Amino acid sequence: MSEKPFRVLPELTETTRHFWEGGREGELRFPRCQECGTWVHPPTPICPGCLSKDLAVEAVSGTATVLTFTLNHQHWVPSPDHPYAIAIVELDEQEGLRLTTNVVNCAAEDVRIGMRVQVVFDQYEDVWIPLFQPVEGS
Amino acid sequence: MTDVLERKACLTGVGQSQVGRRLMRDPLELTLDACIAAIEDAGLTLDDIDGLSTYPGGVDLSPGFSGAGIIQVQDALRLELNWFTGGVEMPGQLGSVINACMAVATGLARHVLCFRSIWESTAQGTGGRGGFGVGNGGDGGPPRVGEEMQWTIPFRAYSPANWIGLFAQRHFHEFGTTREQMAQIPLNARKNAQLNPKAIYRDPLTMDDYLASRLISTPFCLYDCDVPVDGATAVIVSHADAAKDCRKPLLQVEAVGSALRGRPSWYLFDDLTTMAMRDAGKMLWERTDLMPADIDVAELYDGFSFLTMSWLEALGFCGKGESGPFIEGGQRIARDGELPLNTDGGQLSAGRLHGYGFLHEACVQLWGEGGERQVPGDPAVAVAAAGGGTQAGCLLLTRG
Ligand SMILES: [Zn+2]
Repeated sequence: MSEKPFRVLPELTETTRHFWEGGREGELRFPRCQECGTWVHPPTPICPGCLSKDLAVEAVSGTATVLTFTLNHQHWVPSPDHPYAIAIVELDEQEGLRLTTNVVNCAAEDVRIGMRVQVVFDQYEDVWIPLFQPVEGS
Repeated sequence: MTDVLERKACLTGVGQSQVGRRLMRDPLELTLDACIAAIEDAGLTLDDIDGLSTYPGGVDLSPGFSGAGIIQVQDALRLELNWFTGGVEMPGQLGSVINACMAVATGLARHVLCFRSIWESTAQGTGGRGGFGVGNGGDGGPPRVGEEMQWTIPFRAYSPANWIGLFAQRHFHEFGTTREQMAQIPLNARKNAQLNPKAIYRDPLTMDDYLASRLISTPFCLYDCDVPVDGATAVIVSHADAAKDCRKPLLQVEAVGSALRGRPSWYLFDDLTTMAMRDAGKMLWERTDLMPADIDVAELYDGFSFLTMSWLEALGFCGKGESGPFIEGGQRIARDGELPLNTDGGQLSAGRLHGYGFLHEACVQLWGEGGERQVPGDPAVAVAAAGGGTQAGCLLLTRG
């Protein structure tokens, strides 16, 4: 990308800081149940699988599959790069472990459902936004 | 079958304010116009009203989203209430009517005034509909987002057009649905709106117009998105015994659907080709012996055209994934077709009255008051559905 598009940024709180700052070390991080191994997103104080409160932040591999996408054409805010691709991706670690994100570093028109993607981070102030780009050769 | 308490509830009157673009009128006045009209329509007086229910209540979620809450309406009409509720966390906009059904069924109230008031057209100003979270933060830029919004807004997904476009695209992918099929929802709405003197858009709309219009967020173009308006709608829910004092034929609530069995999220719902209406629609049919084939008229939420398709599947008018072929060509859903759909023009052409317009129109059709747009054949069974996305609710009505 030549120029970073405008983004509204998230508040950083004690329950979400791990997610938004993980990119500083190149890591996509979620809470994970230490009892049963379930990844939890968005963060909650208990594991939805076993109700354990023993959760710890861990990094995932960062590889994912595009479940669906939409090409946004409307100028909700001024930006030079329309249309851009918004996608829902599912992380390889767990069915249902999903993010809404943008697919970047490829033409928006080339985004496909089922496409294999890999996390990349774009820093804005004190936030690292997790975006996804096509996996080489996929 | 479980005890279907909603059958103790009837709809006995409806009312609607002036509806228009940028009316620049006090939204409370519009709200009261609708409320008083509904009470008169039922043949009741203010003294008869002992319950009050609304969505979303007096909260300012986005510009013009709420024209009035419980407090303003109760006080303006000096209502003496036995029961009231207003809020946004319920099974869609019509959740407030379902709540009223339960209030009369359980004896907490006899006649409940339900309303939904909106003034988005005036509140949004000439700039039109904006995105969520973009805000007006002055020189420092917009404020940061928290809670649920932080999982979509920083990814430039500012609008329900984006969030619901994602669902529609997945449906297109899995089932081969096309934009030409989806176009039948706005084209049908426009045809019906031409017969509705209160509709916002009444000019003819063709497939060529649709396909040539600008894209908003694929697969949605401009005509797939509803039109913000100012206006208020009210309905009276009465206990079946008390309803016998009313002026018009009783419209019995045969069954309601209020379920939400998947995750309440735009991107975490298990099946990305449908949403909360899947659960609400299924529940409705679990509470009645009637069948989809018994429905004479369907008024199904169309904040985005795809939502109506999803409601058609959720309510079993067609199989899962088959809404595209079901509406193809438009004959089946036309006013004189086998399933007359959104007979006042819906939110796409008549205006975004946000859920209550569908219930209002279902009642109008069952009472035979549709004028030029009246469905032929004296319809006696109707379904009204609102919401979709993360919350949805629906009601099945029969004329007694
Ligand atoms: Zn666990």
